[in-house]
Amino acid sequence: MSKSKGRFGDHGGQYIPETLMNAVIELEEAYNKYKDDPEFNRELTELFNEYAGRPSRLYYAEKMTKDLGGAKIYLKREDLNHTGAHKINNVLGQALLAKKMGKTRLIAETGAGQHGVATATAAALFGMECVVFMGEEDTKRQALNVYKMKLLGADVVAVKSGTATLKDAVSEAMREWTNRIDDTHYCLGSVMGPHPFPTIVRDFQAVISKEIRKQMLEKEGRLPDAVIACVGGGSNAIGSFYNFIEDKSVKLIGCEAAGRGINTEETAATLNTGRIGIFHGMKSYFCQDKFGQIAPVYSISAGLDYPGVGPEHAWLFDTKRAEYVGITDDEAVDAFEYLSRTEGIIPAIESAHAVAYARKLAPTMDKDKIIVVTISGRGDKDCAAIARYRGEDINE
Amino acid sequence: MSRIKKAFENGKAFIPFITAGYPDVETSEKNILSAIENGADLVEIGIPFSDPTAEGPVIQTANVEALKNGITTDKVFEMVKRLRKVTEVPLVFMTYANVVFSYGIERFCTCAKEAGVDGVILPDVPFEEKEEFSEIMKKFDIDMISLIAPTSENRISMIAAEANGFIYIVSSLGVTGVRSKITTDIPTLSGHVKSAAKVPCAIGFGISTPEQAKEMAKYADGVIVGSAIIRIIGKYGKDAPKYVGEYVKSMKDAIR
Repeated sequence: MSKSKGRFGDHGGQYIPETLMNAVIELEEAYNKYKDDPEFNRELTELFNEYAGRPSRLYYAEKMTKDLGGAKIYLKREDLNHTGAHKINNVLGQALLAKKMGKTRLIAETGAGQHGVATATAAALFGMECVVFMGEEDTKRQALNVYKMKLLGADVVAVKSGTATLKDAVSEAMREWTNRIDDTHYCLGSVMGPHPFPTIVRDFQAVISKEIRKQMLEKEGRLPDAVIACVGGGSNAIGSFYNFIEDKSVKLIGCEAAGRGINTEETAATLNTGRIGIFHGMKSYFCQDKFGQIAPVYSISAGLDYPGVGPEHAWLFDTKRAEYVGITDDEAVDAFEYLSRTEGIIPAIESAHAVAYARKLAPTMDKDKIIVVTISGRGDKDCAAIARYRGEDINE
Repeated sequence: MSRIKKAFENGKAFIPFITAGYPDVETSEKNILSAIENGADLVEIGIPFSDPTAEGPVIQTANVEALKNGITTDKVFEMVKRLRKVTEVPLVFMTYANVVFSYGIERFCTCAKEAGVDGVILPDVPFEEKEEFSEIMKKFDIDMISLIAPTSENRISMIAAEANGFIYIVSSLGVTGVRSKITTDIPTLSGHVKSAAKVPCAIGFGISTPEQAKEMAKYADGVIVGSAIIRIIGKYGKDAPKYVGEYVKSMKDAIR
């Protein structure tokens, strides 16, 4: 693997068709040129602060802390960002980079629709064309986000192939990129795919842990004992973990979607149930059968319903620097309702997976310990689906 | 002399692609034999993958249907073993990295060699990642086929210098599938490839008619056709072998 780039241990690499190789090389060169460029960073910071509303709050969840009776809980409020999720951090970075590269068209995949909405938003802001690929199944689960993307001027393509969910949306976006490269940037939404995407997306999302660190030192004068975030592809989690990786005292915990349970077929808990493989441009862990056929995964959360995980998470898992736990649909829905009632914050069903684990962990820790839970997005988009899950028939 | 090399000694080579197990194992085996009897110089056998990211809708459907009908990597090996008893035409697997990696690269090569496979094409393994696979394939005398695309440009000489078996020139941007017109400047692309290559070159992606094949054959040593054949198989099902044979004959005649 001597010529291979973008490795995290054994994971990562660039497993893509030859047709795309010069495109990812061009992207890597552009990124290396701009990542430390003061003007680029000034523009990006201005977009983060003035447009997206950064820095996001680090909120002390006092009622939740008291209710659970253990460690002190802080919530990193990525749900308060413009467009309602952490996805905007990466999208603003990539859109700005694409603009510098002279690209005039953004394509993207989306699961829950948050990344699609963020990409459509950036495209509107930068005056770029935008096409979002979304599994047909997800266009039904997240109809409101489909409308938002269209409102923002994007075309939404409902992908019918395979399981018609996030993985198929990624495949279709990759196919479209091989078809039209010259004017098009593939704005990948998570820390996955071929190099340099896992690195670029991580760097743009690392603002989350950079802020947590600063805010925590201001509020508590010390680092947290644990950081918890949900993991699908893993972008909000790597963003939350990144600036703590060297601080061994900070436990890093990723929450995977266990669906109906990690011992069932209906799960999306890649690190808990998958094995190493090569798919969507990267070597990492994947849910697959014994012949390497990618498994049709399941989760109530469209954003975590993905059979793989970013290569840096695979490496953090291998080296045991981070721990990855499975959270079932039931636990996530309970946590969704719990945070709404206890703190008046409706989290995205994805983020509710992280809240669910905090509810288990906090009571086992002393009161002088501190946990940070990243609320990656807000839950408006999920209300109708959760109501249906609870047997209420409501219209969006 | 290797079987692959021989395939290019009978005028321009015609290379059909056939998805194993589509619509079922028996029919796909008959389709391959019919193609060979009617002039195929080398056959690309697709081992289905659940998520074939380099394929257009026609071959995607073939992959999904074949898997639904129970094809597995082991069954493909068995099919090739049976084919090898009756033909000396080179057989090359076309599949995705995970099918080989997940099986165990070494174990995959052992079985492929035993079955009589001559080469492997992995469209999601570019030059930078090939070593992991090609080093092991080399031990088993299996050629790992390199692909060169219209966007390869400055990469052509690097890829061509290390190519084994033959070079697969991708005629068009995008995924596999029938195209009414190929817009890439093929003479220039294939000129660059041929001047750097030590092995024969075959052009594929988007070719479906004898006229297109004849035109493409001017610039290469062979022509590869996939989606057009899969479409015939999809249309005629169990009766496909006869029609596949007729089609292959018309294509081989056009480039002879």
